[in-house]
Amino acid sequence: MRTPVSTFELIEPRSLPHALALMRDSQPIVPLAGCTDVYVALNAGTPPGTRYLNLLSLDALRGIARRDGVISIGALTTFSEISRSALLARHLPALVMAAREIGAVQIQNRATLGGNVANGSPAGDSLPVLAATDAVVVLRSAAGKRRVPFVAFYTGYRLTVMRPDELVVAVEVPPVDGRQWFRKVGTRAAQTISKVVIAAVRAPRPRIAFGSVAPTVVRARRTEEALASGGTIDDAVAALGAEIAPIDDMRSTAEYRLRVAGNLIRQFWTETA
Amino acid sequence: MLHGRTIRSTIPCGRIRSINLTSDPAGFTVVDYRSIPGRNVVALIADDQPCLAERVVRHYAEPILLLAHEDRERLITAEVDVQYEPSEPLLDPLRSPNVFKSIAIHKGDLEAGFARADEIVEGEYRVGHQEHVYIETNGVIAVPGDGAVTVYGSLQCPYYVQKALRVMLGLPAERVRVVQAETGGGFGGKEEYPSIVAAHACLLALKSQRPVKLIYDRAEDMVATTKRHPAIIRTRTGVTREGRLTAIDIDVLLDGGAYMTLSPVVLSRGVIHATGPYRCDNVRVNGRVVMTNTPPNGAFRGFGAPQTQFAAEVHMERIAERLGMDPVRLREMNALRAGDTTATGQVLGRDTSALAVLREAVARTDFKRRRREMRGTRRGLGLALFFHGAGFTGSGEVRLASKASLELTERGARILVASADMGQGSRTVHAQIVAETLGVPYEAVEVARVDTASVPDSGPTVASRTTMIVGGLLERCAAEMRRTLGRLTPREYLKRHGPIVITKQYEAPTTAVFDEDTYTGDAYGTYAWACDVAEVEYDPVTYEIRPVHITAVQEIGRALNPMLAAGQIEGGTAQGVGYALLEEVVMRDGHMANAQLTNYAAPTTMDTPRIDVVIQERPYRHGPFGAKGLGELPFDGVAPAIANAVRHLGFDVRALPLTPERIMNAPPVRKPK
Amino acid sequence: MRFRLNGKQVDVRAPAMKRLLDVLREDCGLTGTKEGCGEGECGACTVLLDGQAVNSCLVPFGQVRGRSVKTIEGLRGRHPLQDAFITEGGAQCGICTPGMIMAAAALPPNATLDQVRVGLAGNLCRCTGYMGIYRAVKKAQGSGLKAQARTRAKAGTNRTQKAAR
Ligand SMILES: Cc1cc2nc3c(=O)[nH]c(=O)nc-3n(C[C@H](O)[C@H](O)[C@H](O)COP(=O)(O)OP(=O)(O)OC[C@H]3O[C@@H](n4cnc5c(N)ncnc54)[C@H](O)[C@@H]3O)c2cc1C
Ligand code: FES
Ligand code: FES
Repeated sequence: MRTPVSTFELIEPRSLPHALALMRDSQPIVPLAGCTDVYVALNAGTPPGTRYLNLLSLDALRGIARRDGVISIGALTTFSEISRSALLARHLPALVMAAREIGAVQIQNRATLGGNVANGSPAGDSLPVLAATDAVVVLRSAAGKRRVPFVAFYTGYRLTVMRPDELVVAVEVPPVDGRQWFRKVGTRAAQTISKVVIAAVRAPRPRIAFGSVAPTVVRARRTEEALASGGTIDDAVAALGAEIAPIDDMRSTAEYRLRVAGNLIRQFWTETA
Repeated sequence: MLHGRTIRSTIPCGRIRSINLTSDPAGFTVVDYRSIPGRNVVALIADDQPCLAERVVRHYAEPILLLAHEDRERLITAEVDVQYEPSEPLLDPLRSPNVFKSIAIHKGDLEAGFARADEIVEGEYRVGHQEHVYIETNGVIAVPGDGAVTVYGSLQCPYYVQKALRVMLGLPAERVRVVQAETGGGFGGKEEYPSIVAAHACLLALKSQRPVKLIYDRAEDMVATTKRHPAIIRTRTGVTREGRLTAIDIDVLLDGGAYMTLSPVVLSRGVIHATGPYRCDNVRVNGRVVMTNTPPNGAFRGFGAPQTQFAAEVHMERIAERLGMDPVRLREMNALRAGDTTATGQVLGRDTSALAVLREAVARTDFKRRRREMRGTRRGLGLALFFHGAGFTGSGEVRLASKASLELTERGARILVASADMGQGSRTVHAQIVAETLGVPYEAVEVARVDTASVPDSGPTVASRTTMIVGGLLERCAAEMRRTLGRLTPREYLKRHGPIVITKQYEAPTTAVFDEDTYTGDAYGTYAWACDVAEVEYDPVTYEIRPVHITAVQEIGRALNPMLAAGQIEGGTAQGVGYALLEEVVMRDGHMANAQLTNYAAPTTMDTPRIDVVIQERPYRHGPFGAKGLGELPFDGVAPAIANAVRHLGFDVRALPLTPERIMNAPPVRKPK
Repeated sequence: MRFRLNGKQVDVRAPAMKRLLDVLREDCGLTGTKEGCGEGECGACTVLLDGQAVNSCLVPFGQVRGRSVKTIEGLRGRHPLQDAFITEGGAQCGICTPGMIMAAAALPPNATLDQVRVGLAGNLCRCTGYMGIYRAVKKAQGSGLKAQARTRAKAGTNRTQKAAR
């Protein structure tokens, strides 16, 4: 542990309004959910702040429900809860698949969907699912609530439209027609960061999103378009090459990511035919 | 108790211009090289490595300054400003003019051998660093005394640490006490490095006159401590049309890193094993280990043999491919047999089992039929035949002259050895040897804590020597004790004659010699033999190779404790799977860029295949109850077996690890002419 | 701050952002829980938080208020898994063992080998190649029910004896 935490504050809000008031009035303050990102940063000696707000007691940020076909998943929902949810297994199986591949059990028991979204790593495994299903991020601040389309949520590498006083309270997913598909490619078979991750929906207008191939999660619009307009799978793969921008890093190479992303499109297309 | 911290260089090479503790110094103990009372070296082979850098740094993460403080948080936030005059680092071993050690093996007439060959097969093989990933990082506690010091630590070789401390502190042995704490894994990674950790903790403890705890966190452990040596191996082999090896010419280059550590010995084992377990009358092996401006590499299970045997076994597979020959047949034809001579001219004894393990592995896995059936599928099957010399190389054991003692107790006996149990179960096996020889129940044998103040120097816990060599000494102690007791029970004997302690020192079992100048003679007392068969599955979407099943047939003399023996084989095999497929130290500008467990992928349950262990026994005449060394053997053959399974899939890969990125760009295996 | 530790209510004073791992080891004197990485990768620090396996290196102490924590010490050396790890070679150096056993204790009863592999994928072991661990888990499953029945029976007797006294 390379961060001196004994003087850090962990503030316990009494209620969601209290939490939002704190977010408004006592910045800088860092919200804390399952801590699986924040404590890794603390361990490395790169603390995101010195004052923290514990979200775990905010029951308003919990629960999975379906109303008028829209599925709402509270920000504090853990990936274990997502894995076990019969509702999600029926309506959003891609998210369940993603949840089961996030870290391992110990991480899934703590890591939250809201944390994955807010953290905004391009390797976040739930993000392609949310991008491909046109999810909406529900944000709240003391000033009110707003809904941001997931595809407009990220503005750059780990940058979002979220204001410092806002919390993610839920993610909403409108009804998804078509077969959902998900695949994660990591450096090993479990407990791994994605080198390429894809979520897709097979429908007349297919929807495809990738993680780990650009500074943010990306919707592959031109690839979708190529497929929707009756192009061949080769056209689609070529289109993909033009809209993702993978890089070399210590986990893989740009070349590998690009080729595998193309292969994944082909696999998606064959398997959901 | 104070906590200690090591300030390390952040450049790979250069001069230190200035060092300044910029935080409030209150409460800090600060140590630099000037506080070293003895010699500023980590005493090992060459004494070239400073305990703390003086004016120059030769690798990233080289220790420069030590801090201790009572408050851990003050310590971790302390800032030290080190100014450097950087110079151009030497990072490519191929371009290094600085040779730590070179070794040449010559046998027969190489030119004549090549002249007799119908085919000549050449190749270059490369392997990278491997990190030990013992789950417990390095750490010690040093407690100062009156002109003396005691160290408790996670370590393999208490007497190595003691020696290093004696030299560095300028203290006599009796004032330096080293106690092995329960050790959470070593695999060679706690062979030489703990001497440095201990030295640093002692300096802080002596200066502050307080106990000091110095524990590395994972990132520091990965960035600073030793790794398996990267290697580049070039092989040229002459072979007849029928498949007989007529000449083998091998060039081994190891990257030693910035200081010598144990590199010469790693090289020695590497070159001796470089031909693989094959007979050939004409052999040349040229090996050298060179300096680069990277953190020093050191001991790791297998100790040079995994690198060279990876090359040897992939090369054998390529010979079979070239000849259009069954790879099993090729190996059968050339495998070493009793009475054959190795590259160093050692005549092999009756316990030579290359053929036996090969045949067993082939039969068990129905190798030939299944390989045929898999052709054209996504499954591949490959094998590797390999061997490992047990104990120190050459006259190493004679020079070590290790000792073991046995003390009579009321119930039975107490073992006094310096062998560190770090999971391999040496305490259990030693107690079994003594119980059996002495004729007392296992429970009646105690094992003393490893403490240089009370146990003799039984040599380091390395080189697969702990059962065979130290266990052998204990067997002799116990046999003599049994004779001494005669008909008396331990209690009766103690009552009548008082306490006894029996100490035995290593004596060479034979008159065989090894000439270190010509590298000829008996390199090891004996060898253990093994054959691994690996089955893998290929994913054409991701280029991933998934290991499905490994069958490890290993001849180890005698399995004194079959459960522990199987545990060594399973664990060594799993580490080999990591080496083969996953583990890659990403070196950038001379430092490990992926020094986190997140980015350095050691195998999880999901990455580790089913491992079936088959133990064969051909007793070694001079091992306790026939036992040979076992600790390292299982590691050696996994990577080549997997690489050969990948060749079976059609990918010509000659470098480790076999990451999907490598497979993606691998050329196809060429079909025989 | 109050929480349940190994079945007992305790009140421990420690900074809220201190890692549960450090509070257990330094403030509660329970050093059975190990640190292997501090980054959530190795699982050596696994404890049960309200019955669920978590990495205690990633849990701020403040988040265990009012909750229940179980560590390896809470198994008191008598859990069938502990026996089985010894007899089946499930432990070599032992550093991963406490975390491994806690993760194994959270597995579904009679988990299949595949479930065991998935359930233990967050626990690195560098010594055993996992094979001995699978054998141990399987053996504990076999003996588990019997042993638990035995412990219950014993606990029962204790209570009756106490009552009789
Ligand atoms: C060993 C390990 C393995 C991992 N494996 C994976 C993996 O396979 N795939 C993957 O995608 N991720 C993985 N992660 C990363 C991490 O687990 C996820 O990103 C997780 O979803 C983060 O959720 P959390 O609740 O733990 O977030 P926290 O760490 O609590 O918070 C993360 C960030 O989000 C902010 N935040 C949290 N909740 C809210 C909210 N409601 N509103 C506003 N801001 C909020 C925090 O301020 C912080 O900046 C892994 C992490 C570890 C340690
Ligand atoms: S120490 Fe917590 S997971 Fe490694
Ligand atoms: S027993 Fe050593 S790490 Fe598992």
